[in-house]
Amino acid sequence: MTGPDRLRDGGLIDRTKPVTFTWNGRVLGGYEGDTLASALLANGVHLVARSFKYRRPRGILGHGTEEPNAMVQTGDGNRTEPNPKATVVPLVEGLRAKSVNTAKGGPESDPRAGMGMLSRFMPAGFYYKMFHGSQTMWQRVWEPIIRQAAGWGTCPTEPDPDTYDHMNLHCDVLVVGGGPAGIAAAREAAKSGARVVLADEQERFGGRLLDRPRNLDGLPGHGWADREVAALAEEAEVTLLPRTTVFGYYDHNLLCALERRTDHLAEAPSHVTRQRLWHIRARRVVLATGAHERPLVFADNDRPGIMLASAVAAYVHRWAVLPGREAVVFTNNDGAWEAAHLLKKAGAPAVTIIDSRPKVSDALKRDAEQAGITVKTGHAVTGTRGGKRVTAALVQPVNADGTRVNGPAQTLACDLIATSGGWSPVVHLFSQSRGTLTYDDTWACFRPGVAVQPQASVGACNGTFGLAETLAEAAEAGVEAARAAGFETAAPAPAPSVEAPEATPPVPLWLVPADTAPGRGGKWFVDFQNDTTAADILLAVREGFESVEHVKRYTLAGFGTDQGKTANINALAILAGTLGRPIPEVGTTTFRAPYTPVTFGAMAGRNLGDRLEPQRLTNIHDRHVALRAAFEDVGQWKRPWYYPKAGEDMHAAVARECKATRDSVGVLDASTLGKIDIQGPDAAEFLNRVYTNAWTKLAVGRVRYGIMCGEDGMVFDDGTTARIDENRYLMTTTTGGAAHVMDHLEEYLQTEWPDLRVRLTSVTEQWATVAVAGPKALEVVKRVCPDDAMAPADFPFLSWKTATAAGIPARIFRISFTGELQYEINVPWHHGADLWDAVMEAGKDFDITPYGTETMHVLRAEKGFIITGQETDGTQTPFDLGMDWIVSKKKPDFIGRRSLFRPDMQRPDRKQLVGLKPEDPKVVLPEGTQIVEPGALNRPPPVPMLGFVTSSYHSPALESGFALALIAGGRDRLGETVEAALPSGPVTVRLHDPVFYDAEGARRDG
Amino acid sequence: MTRYSIWSLARNALTWHENWPRYWRSPDPRPEYDVVVVGGGGHGLATAYYLAKEHGITNVAVVEKGWLGGGNTARNTTIVRSNYLFDESAALYELSLKLWEGLSRDLNLNVMLSQRGVLNLAHTLGDVRAGRRRAEANRLNGIDSHWLEPDEVAKVCPILNMSRSLRYPVLGSTWQPRGGVARHDAVAWGYARAADARGVDIIQNCEVTGINRNGDRVTGVETTRGTIRAKKVAVVTAGHSSVLAEMAGFRMPISSHPLQALVSEPIKPVLDCVVMSGAIHVYVSQSDKGELVIGAGIDSYNSYAQRGSFHVIEGQTAALVELFPMFSRLKMMRSWGGIVDTCPDASPIIGKTPVKGLYFNCGWGTGGFKATPGSGYVFAATVANDEPHPVAAPFALDRFTTGALVDEHGAAGVAH
Repeated sequence: MTGPDRLRDGGLIDRTKPVTFTWNGRVLGGYEGDTLASALLANGVHLVARSFKYRRPRGILGHGTEEPNAMVQTGDGNRTEPNPKATVVPLVEGLRAKSVNTAKGGPESDPRAGMGMLSRFMPAGFYYKMFHGSQTMWQRVWEPIIRQAAGWGTCPTEPDPDTYDHMNLHCDVLVVGGGPAGIAAAREAAKSGARVVLADEQERFGGRLLDRPRNLDGLPGHGWADREVAALAEEAEVTLLPRTTVFGYYDHNLLCALERRTDHLAEAPSHVTRQRLWHIRARRVVLATGAHERPLVFADNDRPGIMLASAVAAYVHRWAVLPGREAVVFTNNDGAWEAAHLLKKAGAPAVTIIDSRPKVSDALKRDAEQAGITVKTGHAVTGTRGGKRVTAALVQPVNADGTRVNGPAQTLACDLIATSGGWSPVVHLFSQSRGTLTYDDTWACFRPGVAVQPQASVGACNGTFGLAETLAEAAEAGVEAARAAGFETAAPAPAPSVEAPEATPPVPLWLVPADTAPGRGGKWFVDFQNDTTAADILLAVREGFESVEHVKRYTLAGFGTDQGKTANINALAILAGTLGRPIPEVGTTTFRAPYTPVTFGAMAGRNLGDRLEPQRLTNIHDRHVALRAAFEDVGQWKRPWYYPKAGEDMHAAVARECKATRDSVGVLDASTLGKIDIQGPDAAEFLNRVYTNAWTKLAVGRVRYGIMCGEDGMVFDDGTTARIDENRYLMTTTTGGAAHVMDHLEEYLQTEWPDLRVRLTSVTEQWATVAVAGPKALEVVKRVCPDDAMAPADFPFLSWKTATAAGIPARIFRISFTGELQYEINVPWHHGADLWDAVMEAGKDFDITPYGTETMHVLRAEKGFIITGQETDGTQTPFDLGMDWIVSKKKPDFIGRRSLFRPDMQRPDRKQLVGLKPEDPKVVLPEGTQIVEPGALNRPPPVPMLGFVTSSYHSPALESGFALALIAGGRDRLGETVEAALPSGPVTVRLHDPVFYDAEGARRDG
Repeated sequence: MTRYSIWSLARNALTWHENWPRYWRSPDPRPEYDVVVVGGGGHGLATAYYLAKEHGITNVAVVEKGWLGGGNTARNTTIVRSNYLFDESAALYELSLKLWEGLSRDLNLNVMLSQRGVLNLAHTLGDVRAGRRRAEANRLNGIDSHWLEPDEVAKVCPILNMSRSLRYPVLGSTWQPRGGVARHDAVAWGYARAADARGVDIIQNCEVTGINRNGDRVTGVETTRGTIRAKKVAVVTAGHSSVLAEMAGFRMPISSHPLQALVSEPIKPVLDCVVMSGAIHVYVSQSDKGELVIGAGIDSYNSYAQRGSFHVIEGQTAALVELFPMFSRLKMMRSWGGIVDTCPDASPIIGKTPVKGLYFNCGWGTGGFKATPGSGYVFAATVANDEPHPVAAPFALDRFTTGALVDEHGAAGVAH
């Protein structure tokens, strides 16, 4: 036996497998099959927590996901986890768990217990009414106190050593919940051959059949469940998902589920992910998610030892634990009487049933009395005594509708109060799927009304509480789901014979009266986790918060990690009662995913680190690594940034690369530029519409530079496009913009111009590109392509030709982003590295120098060439960039044309692209520096800004720092001086033409 | 208005809190008002408050189709900052931040403004350029934003993953110490209470079904609680602005998208500032209750449904775990969605419309919460004077005709 309150026999625990665990530093024992909660109760531990606001002692209320109090911290070090509920933590050998948000030794003593005495000054929303006088006092004094008091468990301090994964699954029928309803539905659906998934949050299927004595087909409930699930496991098309909580119901029957794969194991195999997140797309869904019992709301209903009646029954029946010896069962319905019988049978010496109903059935009463249970009807528990454990219940007669006490209180010593206010169907998933709820007056609960998605709710989650009725309803739904999913079905098999008490509805009692009104004495807790009381709800209404959403927000009811599973219905019923309106008129708050909390790691899955976004590498990447390149992230690509030689910093490397390219020859891996193959009879017309300039007359074999604008007339991307054939073009885009451009073009083709006969194919990764630039480029290219005429005279600028480069079929383009003689050699992707090697070999005699993006940036900036995304930020027109020449005045239309000719686009004070040259050639302005009029910085802010530096470098060719900038009206001010507003003070700079180098373009042809 | 204070709280404790008055009255609509504000969110309530306070216009109704503050006011991630790039935006959001700093005192209600500072991380060289440019522009505009190098970022937020081996390592960040978070619901309630105290009628469960006109002049609104005549109508209905515009007979350059957010279970304090990453795309702060409040980008399709797709929040959670690997074992407790009205230039529309006496304040996209006080302030002035407040003037609807856009998509472009 482990623990003083463990029963000698019975239960679904494995007594052959004792388990040792640690609770708040104490070593305790349990059995396999226990939860942490059941093992604690077996050891007589009821006090497990302190409440958040008033620091009151709290015990275990429930036995599943509805638990509001018993949050714990499990594990140590990097495997610690804050806030799991003790009621769902499987007990495994060596488990270490402790209370959260308590003093070091646990909840036994609490240095802040005095907060309870201040509770009178801390009603709902008290913090809105205080601390508003001084922002400083609020932030320095009061807020830190609140912050330190709040929060439950602690976050790990180290990265998570475990892994998580995602799984996508399509099925015909998804059955959520593996209790009697779910099992019956899955069995019938599976008979048709449909692909059926049965998911349940527990390790063991059976749901409530495990929690209380029921017989089906002469078998105990768990035995029947085992038999049926074993039969399901035999079916080839059935997937069983135990320990899997379906937590979200999204559009088009997409449901998401979290499978816990290792937390129930003492030693997790290293190859198994800790949790798996399932995306399940189901043709039909059967929801069999059961119901939660709700507590009655009476004064001081939160002491340790006050539990849900269903939980008490389950602890006795399933876990063989006697949670109390002197028990009071306080109920408004027949169902909870079963807990009294179970307690009595398990050996509790004193069991009293307090039933708020004036009358109950004679049979019920007779059975109880025969069992030796004391029964008081027409009475209520109107208060409790006790500290760390309940010691007594105050019992008083109440009037027929439960609104008033009408007699003196009597004190009844007890160590356990089992309470039941009826049952609330678990409609969370149904509601998430946008189904509307309907209020069932008979059963006093919300249940599914009109469904929106193809689904059925069965059993308790549908408000069907009888076991036989549930099995029949579920079997029908299983057949219907398979049929609707397109399978041939037969009538359901005869239902199993059932031995179970008849299900009867409660007589609602939402707020238990006492001698004093709520707020004037004891505390009627509604949401245990948030310390929300009935008085808080009354206060909220008094202060004008009448919407259920306002009450939730003002009182925090339903905001906890349990998301109000036991609280919400009571809160809104009390609200409705206070407003004097019927419950359905007040309505529920929105049910939101997730049903139970979902681990962030599982949501992230494997999409971390290098898988956060794909890392794209060119075919030449290894060569750059061998050359010890520093890399830059450009979009998803890794691009060589610069190639430092031993002892070089970036500045020195870039200076060397620039000089080599200007003086001899440099080589760049340009494979990452986006490439789009455009084909079709209307390709020229298409280009005419997407670029600002004219394209219809471009000859085959020629290349043209183009700028693309968005509808707002702002430059969006740029690049060259070559005419490959009569009806075929190859467009290049920026590296980072390639996907956006492709989307943009496809959107126009598909939605605006479906009449154009054009097809687009991304060929970025079909062509590797090596750019050879510099006065010696021709010498190198001649050696690489010995059979082809490469001299500028035979191969003019802005043309392309096919050739054989290093024995590889190639397309070579005469374009230049450096201003130098430049050849861009394209070969099939997988030949990229071969081509690179050949070029390097051919360039040896000229000391060919690989250069990275930084050098490319310097060289192009010297020439005044823009980079979209650097000289542009989505607010520049081609005119602003001094590229009036590229905007056709003749074309009837192109994307952005209308916007470009709006009045504001023509304003002379728009920011225009200019160059900047610091007076001191050693100065390199930081990019992003703002430019102001001389002397402007002498005045206090806001300082009027003329513009800002877009690109700035040191130029070896100019032997000076220089920059490109966007300056208001800048083009008319070339030669003037302005100030760059550095944090250290102003620096004088002169406005310059954006072309700093080889303005006449003489170097382009070598 | 009963003043809230520690003394009134103590006094009311003696009477068991049974004598607290309502935050706001719940009147039936009168047949006519000087101004009807459509939309009882933060911006609408702030508009009504400043109409009364700054312009003496108290014959005002705020009509709300559901419950006050139930739209995006209740659905955002509560971040407050003013470090916007362009002068026009900086002026608007800085005006707002200044109002935030005095708001609790002004409203006599603690809106729990928590100026914990906001980091906007840079992960690429392009981000660095854009971030520095923004910080510099902010500095000259008198906004307390500056650039942090990686070692300084690590000091501000020691739990951030600063590893160089990150898929997109942190290369620096802008930092605005005065930025932070506030208690969103309290903002709506505080404005409602203060506006009500100045005579504004706040009418919930009153949906506008039509906008009445006489020629090109507005005459009032049709509602589910009858016709209300009004000299002026001010529409502040984020998520449904285009629907309301259609009622008035014109179109808005707005597209509406779902925007989701989520919170973790409450944990003890671990994150002391707001961290935003545009490139990896997530933003996170920790509330006073201990929850990590997490947001990211919009769902890409258009929708008026206040729900989004799960893969979108999976993506932002992956980004979160990438930046904070120690958050992996924490759990999402609740997720939700709102509808954001986005403009082509990512800036709001504040001002007059083609219909005389009808004003719109909309298009705040994903960033409206932080602007609540400033938005209400300048919109109230615009409505009161029938003339744009100088700070609101650049955000007029006609900028889409003239081309004077304020494109705050910012320098989030591409590199060559």
